[in-house]
Amino acid sequence: MIVYILCFLLFLIGLYGVVVKRNLIKIIISLAIMEYSVNLFLIMVGYISAGQAPIINEEVSRTGPFVDPLPQAMILTAIVIGLATTSLLLAIAIRLYGKYGTFDIRKINHLKG
Amino acid sequence: MNSLVPLFVIVPLGSAFLMVIFGRLIKHLSKILVTMMLLFLLYLTFYFLYNVTEPQIYEVGGHAARNGVPIAIYLVIDGFSKLLLLIISLIGFLSALYALSYTRQYTAEPKFYILFSLLIAGMNGLVISGDIFNIFVFLEISSIAAYALVAFGIEREQLEASFKYQVLGGVASLIILLSIGFIYWQTGTLNMADISAQVAGTGVFFKFVAVLLITGFGLKAAIFPFHSWLPDAHSSAPSPISAMLSGVVIKAIGIYVILRLFFNMFAINYEISMTITVLGALSMIIGSLLAIGQWDIKRMLAYSSISQIGYVILGVGIGMLVLVRGGDIKIAALAITGGLFHLINHAVFKGLLFLGAGAVEYRTGTRDMRKLGGLNEVMPVTASSSLIASLSISGVPPFNGFFSKLIIIIAAVQAKYYFLALLAVIVSIITIGYFMKLQKYTFFNKNVNFPKIREVPFSMAFSQILLAVLCLGLSLLVIPDVQKIFLKPAVDALINSTAYARVILGY
Amino acid sequence: MQGMTIIVKKITQIMAPVIFLFGLYVIVHGHLSPGGGFAGGVILAAAFILQILSFGSILPSLRREEVWLELLESTAVMGFLVISGLGLLLASFRIFFLNFINRGTVGQLLSGGIIPLENIVVGAEVCAAITTIFIALTVYQDEVTQ
Repeated sequence: MIVYILCFLLFLIGLYGVVVKRNLIKIIISLAIMEYSVNLFLIMVGYISAGQAPIINEEVSRTGPFVDPLPQAMILTAIVIGLATTSLLLAIAIRLYGKYGTFDIRKINHLKG
Repeated sequence: MNSLVPLFVIVPLGSAFLMVIFGRLIKHLSKILVTMMLLFLLYLTFYFLYNVTEPQIYEVGGHAARNGVPIAIYLVIDGFSKLLLLIISLIGFLSALYALSYTRQYTAEPKFYILFSLLIAGMNGLVISGDIFNIFVFLEISSIAAYALVAFGIEREQLEASFKYQVLGGVASLIILLSIGFIYWQTGTLNMADISAQVAGTGVFFKFVAVLLITGFGLKAAIFPFHSWLPDAHSSAPSPISAMLSGVVIKAIGIYVILRLFFNMFAINYEISMTITVLGALSMIIGSLLAIGQWDIKRMLAYSSISQIGYVILGVGIGMLVLVRGGDIKIAALAITGGLFHLINHAVFKGLLFLGAGAVEYRTGTRDMRKLGGLNEVMPVTASSSLIASLSISGVPPFNGFFSKLIIIIAAVQAKYYFLALLAVIVSIITIGYFMKLQKYTFFNKNVNFPKIREVPFSMAFSQILLAVLCLGLSLLVIPDVQKIFLKPAVDALINSTAYARVILGY
Repeated sequence: MQGMTIIVKKITQIMAPVIFLFGLYVIVHGHLSPGGGFAGGVILAAAFILQILSFGSILPSLRREEVWLELLESTAVMGFLVISGLGLLLASFRIFFLNFINRGTVGQLLSGGIIPLENIVVGAEVCAAITTIFIALTVYQDEVTQ
């Protein structure tokens, strides 16, 4: 149980960073931390203690139960999506730096409200 | 299995990547391809609307269910999906038509259409997907395309709005993924029909998951406490994209999923119905109050979107409340019909209003109402179509907005929620107020600054005229025979909430 | 972008082909062992990115590379769509993503029907996409600092 709580704590740390930090890059890092915590949670959902890797092969003796492979496939997809979002965020952060000369969101306030 | 079902995803995806490959060789390929693609999708949607009455289930890869447990990825087209597919391809086609002239101001024109096709592919896939993880994947495809399209002009405010949108959208996506993880943990399946067969929806665990899901999709749909990104993103984007975002995207990736999950996947319960109704009513009021003070045309329209989405949610929420209390099913059907009717109507008139605002900005270069005025003399098509849309959104009788609001109010009165009916009337009056302000300052006052501008190019004017005709034409949906084709299948799909699982699992 | 010292360059020269080969191995064994298109594609991209980082590059050549990589990426995605769409077009069942090739025996390299083919196109796609992202961010950075 403690691992789930720690995982949720990681999620909250990421959320804290997104809400509190003022630097664009730090916000992106916080989002990445949140994403990793969710991925970790999904992996733990599929884990069975003493489960084997879900590979069908002659060399693997099929005595014990397999670890659930579906969450692993989901995580791979989620990682790909995370790659796309993070790179787009970074591209926009670089462009914003080019326009304003700073990463500080207090100085990037062209829009009101 | 109808083999046409996966075409809704394959065609837009394929045309997007064809544009990348051959876009450099053939000039205007992207413009031709995007128009053809959307016309084809529109045709396909009408084929499904008229010829196919049964819900269509498609097992990707041909893996049949084993021992009654579905193992393939399911694509499902039922009445509710068809309604959303119609809105996506209709507004998508008209926005693309408008964009043909509008995008001449950008240097990387083909990229606009590539992202536009990906946006369409993501939304189509989301609407027909039958399992909850694919909903997440397609949600992200359309969201990423939308983030990039908001920042397309790479000006200061667009980049800033896109960053804000991405951070909030990213948090929303992660909350959704977390709740998918929780659901998988508890049920061991991702198929929505299979989940609904296993979930009673009453335990504390599923209430927690439901709250997470409402937060996540509420952020995507910009319902009241989560609306802060919407005015920035929707007002900064290029105008055809604003029309898509406000008219279609927040409905397809927000409202659609909320309704699908809480009607067809979870059993409807009182607390969730009450939460949804209250959030709808609050966003209805607060959106309209915030819209009054705006001087930027597109910002006012964006706030108005929050308010009108509130109407949709209020209508459906009243239906849910009636259903959960065991009230008359006819009243519930009426309320849901009103909500979904308003969903179509809002897509049409908000799309038209954003296109009109885009036309004004295209010719004058400003969106500030204080600098504009008297444009109805120099831009007659834009002015008249925008006037029609304004009348329609404020609920003036012959136009479609009047009928959908009337149905929602009648349903609220019949269900004895008099206070909600009163609120709906009051917000409608406020809506008339701020659209009178928009019309007066933009199109009627004296033309001081821009006496020599011309009407917008043909394709922009043409799509505005088509949408204006639709504003009037959609009023026909109050006639029961017309309703039978477009709205009734959708309402039935929501009301018979267990039928969805029954059809897919086959018992 | 500036290049690095001779030590880094020399080690990169030795390591990059090995990394590239390992990426290819992971891709073609994707249906037998952990890995597959995405993981292998990332390793392939790492080989390219390592070379760009250590040897340095100039902006015009990066832009030229980006054009070709974009083309490769989209062609690979089209290949994926075509392979999975063939089941929709050719076979009598008309099923998207149908595994219409003989699946062979489990554990052999030539088995799994269309899965190895799709792993290969996904590998090419991911490799091209990640290198494109890297180059695009580098180009942006150079544009911003100049």
